[in-house]
Amino acid sequence: MALDDSKKPRVFKVVGTRPDRPDGIDKVTGRARFGADMVAPGMLTGRILRSPHAHARIKRIDTSKAEALAGVKAVVTRADFGTVPDHVAVIMENCMAGEKALYDGHAIAAVAAISPAVARQALRLIEVDYEVLPHVTDVDEAMKPDAPVLHEGRQEETVPPGMSQNVIARAEFGHGDIEAGLAKADRVLERTYRTAATHQGYIEPHACLATMGADGQGDLWVCTQGHYMVRNTCAAILGLEQGQLRVTASEIGGGFGGKTTVFLEPVALMLARKSGRPVKMVMSRSEVLRATGPTASTSIDVKIGMTKEGRITAGFAELRYQGGAWPGSPVNMGAMSGFAPYDLENVKTVGWDVVTNRPKAAAYRAPGAPMAAFAIESAIDELARGFGLDPLAVRLMNAADKGTKSSYGPTYPAIGLKATLEAAKAHPHWTAPLGKHQGRGVACGFWFNFGGDTCVSLNITPDGTVTVSEGNPDIGGSRASMTMMAAEELGIPYDQVRTVIADTGSLGQNEVTHGSRVTFAVGLATIEAARSAKREMCRRAAKIWGIDEEAVDWEDGAARPAGPNAGKFPPMTIKEIAAVASKTGGPIAGHHEVTAQGAGVSFATHMADVEVDPETGATKILRYTVFQDAGKAVHPSYVEGQFQGGAAQGIGWALNEEYIYGEDGILQNAGFLDYRIPVASDLPMIDTVILEIPNPGHPYGVRGVGETSIVPPLAAVANAVSAAAGVRMVQLPMSPPRVLAAIQAGG
Amino acid sequence: MSRIHVTTKINGDATEFLCEAEATLLDVLRDELGLTGTKEGCGTGDCGACSVTVDGRLVCSCLMLGAEAEGCEITTIEGMAAGDQLHPLQKKFIEMAALQCGICTPGILVAAKSLLERNPDPSEEEVRYWLAGNLCRCTGYDKIIRAVLDTAADMRRAS
Repeated sequence: MALDDSKKPRVFKVVGTRPDRPDGIDKVTGRARFGADMVAPGMLTGRILRSPHAHARIKRIDTSKAEALAGVKAVVTRADFGTVPDHVAVIMENCMAGEKALYDGHAIAAVAAISPAVARQALRLIEVDYEVLPHVTDVDEAMKPDAPVLHEGRQEETVPPGMSQNVIARAEFGHGDIEAGLAKADRVLERTYRTAATHQGYIEPHACLATMGADGQGDLWVCTQGHYMVRNTCAAILGLEQGQLRVTASEIGGGFGGKTTVFLEPVALMLARKSGRPVKMVMSRSEVLRATGPTASTSIDVKIGMTKEGRITAGFAELRYQGGAWPGSPVNMGAMSGFAPYDLENVKTVGWDVVTNRPKAAAYRAPGAPMAAFAIESAIDELARGFGLDPLAVRLMNAADKGTKSSYGPTYPAIGLKATLEAAKAHPHWTAPLGKHQGRGVACGFWFNFGGDTCVSLNITPDGTVTVSEGNPDIGGSRASMTMMAAEELGIPYDQVRTVIADTGSLGQNEVTHGSRVTFAVGLATIEAARSAKREMCRRAAKIWGIDEEAVDWEDGAARPAGPNAGKFPPMTIKEIAAVASKTGGPIAGHHEVTAQGAGVSFATHMADVEVDPETGATKILRYTVFQDAGKAVHPSYVEGQFQGGAAQGIGWALNEEYIYGEDGILQNAGFLDYRIPVASDLPMIDTVILEIPNPGHPYGVRGVGETSIVPPLAAVANAVSAAAGVRMVQLPMSPPRVLAAIQAGG
Repeated sequence: MSRIHVTTKINGDATEFLCEAEATLLDVLRDELGLTGTKEGCGTGDCGACSVTVDGRLVCSCLMLGAEAEGCEITTIEGMAAGDQLHPLQKKFIEMAALQCGICTPGILVAAKSLLERNPDPSEEEVRYWLAGNLCRCTGYDKIIRAVLDTAADMRRAS
């Protein structure tokens, strides 16, 4: 059969509609099984002992009393893991401390016992001798030459001599001549901005259930964004063959990047191996906050030159990100993305990766980008307002477009930034009146998006219905999107397809659910798998009709003779072909394996109205609108959901959320009462405008949408608060005391 | 340690269980009775994922001891649909995409049902304040609030 995308503009029948999600009933009835919802016969409870110190040498661990306690079936320390391969060494260190505890909450030992009560008691019986060391938790403090040092010998050659060993790497991006550009400006603005570390704040704590036999075969049930990653990482740490460890992804109660690595899983497998029993581990909320995921805290210097007409003549930023106790803060992505929305002749960013005595930063939705956007979009706003210019018009004047050489290197193909800015300008929100103490802010944001290793199998059952097997946990409705794309491509109704998340034994390697990749990459593989099944069904029809397979077309869920010359046969539907499959060559399936390329970058513009109470400094979000390019919105409701969710997280980051460390290096707000994420009464409705500038890298034009939506809100809200309060806010979160102090200081 | 014998009614069924003195109602529901639809997000009463009703009152089951449930009638998310007939809130949440990951959904549905039983015609602000104890990290609450308001309107029309 002939498949030709260019024949005519595609008219979608399923894609772009809003069907009920396939896992809807499970999720509204409590039937859906999340990480902590699984049980196994003879299951033990696993618990972790965590460091009470920010930085300490572990001189001795005595587990003998814990091991002697009735009901304790295994105790594990770092010694049990021995030496692990280099590529998982840091992950191992984070899962279980070796020579040093590097942050408050760092895992020191673990037990498996017959009940939670016995496990808790056993933890209290483990004796640890610590030599407490000086610590550092602030990024700027950690860079000072006399700061307490976490690691010796990890510094890269990119770092100039004389800097603290905590400064791990320096990277530089950009093009042009900054000084020459600044010389052409009517004003050069220099500012320093700071953002606090925030947590992804998924409501489901990390959880897993591990089984490990003496035969080297293991099974793991786990809430994760990537069970293939969990398999590969755990196999390397435990010295298993990847094929002997089967990992099944549970339903996942939020991740936002924080479930793209492992914390409990290797420990649970080790406890299961040692005890010979299944071991379930579930983190408490305080463990989640103390020992998983936060993003980097940052300190960023920006220098931007602008003409009085609003043209940016040069943009420079120096970004300092601490990523916790090991190298790998997302500073480079911040440095690459901050100026990405603009067409600049002269642009340069420098990123510094810094370690501190905090938990190892995990990815958080567009990792590194929101903080850089906060700094740069705030500076652009201040310059524009200073000249009395319209901040949207200034952004449009400088906006990147097709053919622009980006600040991080590549030249853009068709992109949607200008479309989002035009839509924002035309929206009634932009011209709605504001009252006293109210302000409006706008900001743009960019994210790269990603493709990666992807496998999809699509099976035609004997009754002609379809099962799609894919390998990426469904974190926000992706099973609906895959089902829709399969139905679209096969020309059959949505309810004839069911999509399942297969375990690691059922498909080849699949990249983690990250980089906004799933609807793009798994969608692409689903479409290709459907095309391969269609080709096979055309072949079967050709065989039955006794004609050449090239003379058969697929249309509206049926094989048809391609033209009058092919012969006069009535169409054969998918059901008719499936019913006789055994007689025409056997079961029918399509599959596709690919390292997906061409993810297509994504842009958004956000608009926020706020009211600031001058007596308390408290900010209320009055109105919020998101304008974002989705390429093609497969299920618009879930695209809107991504826009709204990212905006809400960004609002929390802007106004409330922060990791607060005391002088002792201990996290002071390890709970949802004091680490306050936005609640329903904090927010207004979040309006959305979906733009569709097709991504040439996807058969239907899809771009990832999940991450870009958290990039602009920090700056959009800060620009609004600054306008409302009459003072420029340069530090997040803009908590009431901080805003009040800024108002009282008069800017 | 001796365990405490408790007699309750859960989702309309007479239910007896034995629990440790320190076990929360949430522990009992999930670990003793297999009612895992009720979720633990924090264990400190801050997230609302464990919302159930006890004698008609909305509570965080992580803040109540199992032993305190003696003689009580408890309703969990598993008791919300009548057989295969979903509650109007459940239907509307699916129809309006008012969930993404779904971990907070059981608690939010239990809480929203409790609101509509008290106030069949809530304002947007009333819905937002009633649900302020139920954290959702995925949706930004927009579609949840709309689904609750829409369900309330449907239920008023139907009655």
